[in-house]
Amino acid sequence: MTERLVKIYPAFERFWHWSQVLLILVLLFTGMGLHGLHGLVPFGPAVMLHTTAALALVVLWIFAIFWHLTTGTWRHYMPTTQGLFKVARFYAFDIFKGAHHPYRKAYWRKHNPLQALTYLALKLFLFPAIWVTGIVYLTYNFWEQQPNATLLLEIVANLHVLVAYLIATFVIVHVYLLTAGESFVQHVKPMITGFDTIDLTPEEEAYLKADEPGRLS
Amino acid sequence: MRRRRNWRGIAAAILFLAATPACAQAQNEAAMPGASGSTADHSAFEILKKPFASGPEVTEACLTCHTEAAKQVMSSIHWTWTYTHPTTGQQLGKSHVINAFCGNVASNEPRCTSCHAGYGWEKMADGPPKAQSAVDCLVCHDTSGTYSKLDNAAGNPPLTPVPAGAKTITGAPAKPVDLAMAAQSVGLPRRENCGQCHFYGGGGDNVKHGDLSSVLYNPDKSVDVHMSKDGANMVCSDCHVTNRHVWAGSRYNVTAHDMIGTGKPGERRDVATCESCHGTAPHESASLMGMKLNDHVDRVACQTCHIPEFARGGVATKTVWDWSTAGKLKDGKPYSEEEFVQSDGKHLHTYLSTKGNFEWGEDVVPFYAWFNGQVEYTTGDQTIDPTRVVEINRISGSPDDGKSRIWPFKRMEGRQAYDKQLNHLVYNHVYGPETDTAFWTNFDWSKSIKAAMDYVGEPYSGEFDFVDTHMYWPITHMVAPKEQALDCESCHAKDGRLANLAGFYMPGRDPGGPVDKIGLAILLAAIAGVIGHAVLRLVMRRGGHA
Repeated sequence: MTERLVKIYPAFERFWHWSQVLLILVLLFTGMGLHGLHGLVPFGPAVMLHTTAALALVVLWIFAIFWHLTTGTWRHYMPTTQGLFKVARFYAFDIFKGAHHPYRKAYWRKHNPLQALTYLALKLFLFPAIWVTGIVYLTYNFWEQQPNATLLLEIVANLHVLVAYLIATFVIVHVYLLTAGESFVQHVKPMITGFDTIDLTPEEEAYLKADEPGRLS
Repeated sequence: MRRRRNWRGIAAAILFLAATPACAQAQNEAAMPGASGSTADHSAFEILKKPFASGPEVTEACLTCHTEAAKQVMSSIHWTWTYTHPTTGQQLGKSHVINAFCGNVASNEPRCTSCHAGYGWEKMADGPPKAQSAVDCLVCHDTSGTYSKLDNAAGNPPLTPVPAGAKTITGAPAKPVDLAMAAQSVGLPRRENCGQCHFYGGGGDNVKHGDLSSVLYNPDKSVDVHMSKDGANMVCSDCHVTNRHVWAGSRYNVTAHDMIGTGKPGERRDVATCESCHGTAPHESASLMGMKLNDHVDRVACQTCHIPEFARGGVATKTVWDWSTAGKLKDGKPYSEEEFVQSDGKHLHTYLSTKGNFEWGEDVVPFYAWFNGQVEYTTGDQTIDPTRVVEINRISGSPDDGKSRIWPFKRMEGRQAYDKQLNHLVYNHVYGPETDTAFWTNFDWSKSIKAAMDYVGEPYSGEFDFVDTHMYWPITHMVAPKEQALDCESCHAKDGRLANLAGFYMPGRDPGGPVDKIGLAILLAAIAGVIGHAVLRLVMRRGGHA
C-alpha cells in the first residue's frame, strides 16, 4: 500500500457539486423568503429566481444522472455495511478521544460507508421528493380542475417545505462534518483540486500509472 | 394551447388591421364632415329644428325615424328597474331592493326617479310610464353637454322658467335646457352621459360605487388607463357593449370568471369582462413572470391587482353611513357638519340632520372576498338577525367551487332601520317636501317608516330600531396602468391584503404551520446536535492536552 495523491473528483463532478451548492443555497434562501420566513428579496423577483434556479438544478441533475450511469461512478454510492459501524462509532465516540478516521479512501470507493449511504438517501429520496413536489406545485394550473385541488396544493406545498427543511438539515450536517477530520481545508480541497490522498495497492498504482497517468500527481 | 396561440395571432392581426384605418380616420377627422363619423347629421333634420316644449316631444321626434328604439329601451333594466335573478329567482332592481344608502326608491319617487331613463315615473308600484314618448333619449344621446335632469322632477329636465334654487341630478345649479339644440346634437353616449347618473348614485359624487366618480369625465391616466384621454380614451359603452339598448354588465349577476375570453375573430360577445378584450391569458406568455401571472387568473380577478385602490383621483367615496343619528336638530332646525376634507380641500358632510353620520375615504384599499358572481339581497321580506351585522347583499363564493375568484369590493358600512318585532329591514319615506311624514321634512322616524311601509303595502309592527349593515360593491372601474398594479407581496405576505381570506394555501402568507414546526424542530435538533458535537470535541481535546 502506498499513499498517493489521486484525482478522484473529475472536472464534471466538481462542476456538478459546486453548481449544486450554489443553486441549493439560492433555492433555500429564496424559498424561505417565499414561504414568509424572511422578506429580504421582494416576492416577485424571488419567485423568478427560485423557479429559474430550480429548473437549472433539474437540468444539472439530468446531466449528473447521465454522467453517473455512463461512467459507472454510481458504484460509489452502493450501500455497504462493511466498516459502517466503525465510522458511526467514530463520529459518536472515538472522535472525542482524538482518534483518526477509521475509513481509508480507495480510488474506487471514495466515500466512507456512512457518507455513501447518506448521499444515496439524498439522491434517492430527498432530491426526487423536492423535485417532484416542486414540479407538481409549479404545474398547478394543469391539474387545478381536479376535485380537491385546493387541498392537494396545500399538501404538495407543505411536503415541498418539509423536504426543504430536511435538505437544509443535510447542508448543515454536511458542512459540519467537513471539520471532523484533519482540517476543514483538507476536506474541502479535494472537491476543488480533484486530488485526494488515497491508499493504492501496487496493482492499482501500476494500473493508474500505465492507463490513467493524469489521475496521479 | 397551440390552437389558442394561433387564434391570438389572428386576433392580433385583425386588431392591427382594424386599428390602422381607425387611426387614419382619427387623423383625417378634422377634414371630414360630421365630427362623430356618423352617416347622419342630426342638425340637418327638419323635425329637430323646432322649439320643443318638453322631453317627450323630443322623443316623439326621435321615434319617427328610430321606430324600435323606445321599445328596446323599455325592455332594458335602465327602464324597468326590475331584474329577476336567473339563479336565485329573487326580484331585484332599484324598484325592489333596499340598499345601504337612501334605502329605497318607493315613496321617494320624484327624487329617486330623477335618474330614471324616462319622464314621469311618479309611483314605483305602477311601474315605469307606458307611453313610448316617456323614454328619455337625450340623457344618453345628447352630446352638446347642455342636457340635464332636475333632481326632484321624476326625470324631467329643467325648462324655462327654472324654479329658484333648482338643482340637477349632479347637484349643479339647474340651467334651462335648449331641447332643440340638445336634439340636434345627438350621438353615441359619452362618459358625460352615463356619468350624470352613475357617478352620482347615492346622492352625490362617488357616494355609492367608490370606483365611479366625476373624476372619470376626464381622468388622469394613473386613475383610469381606459378612460383617460392619455390612455385609450374609452367610453362606458366600449366595454358595456349594447345589443338593442340592453347593456352588458350586471352587479346582480356578475360574470366573475370569464373563461371564454375574446371569442373567435369577429365573434360578438355581450359581456363587459376584462377577458372579453384582453383574453384569458392576458400577461406576456413568453416570459416566466408573465406565465406566473397568467397562472393567477383562475383564482384572482383582474381587478384585484389592477385596481390597487378605489376612489382615486381626488373624489372621496362614502364608506360609512349611520342613519341612526339622523334627526338631531339645533334650535329646532336641521344642521350639518363638514369634518372630512377631501384632497382638493373640499369639505364633505360628516353629519346631516336629514341623513345621520358619514365617513368618507379616498384611495381606499378594497375589501377582498371569494366571489362566484352570485349576489343575494336581503329584501324587505327576509328575516334578519339583528344581533349580527346584516349583509344587505350577500356575495357568495369559495376557494373550492372551481368558479370563484378573489374580487375587490367596496364594503359599505351602514346602520339602518329595521322592524324590531318582525326582524325585517324597513322602507323609509325620506323625500317629500309637501308631506308631513317625510323624514327630511319632519325628522320623525316612526312617521317616515310607517308611511313608507303603508306605501309599499308591507307589514310593519310599529317598532323600529337600527342594525349594522354591510353592503358589497364589486370594484371594476378605475383600472390603473400596469406599472401601478399591486406587487406580489401586497398579498403574498403575512399581513398582506388577503390575510383574512381562509381555506386555501398561499405562499408567503401562512408560515408557522405544523409543517414549519416539524421542519424547524428537525433543523434545530441538527444545529443543536452539531454544536453539542463540536463543543464536546473541543472540550475533550483540551482535556486530553491538559
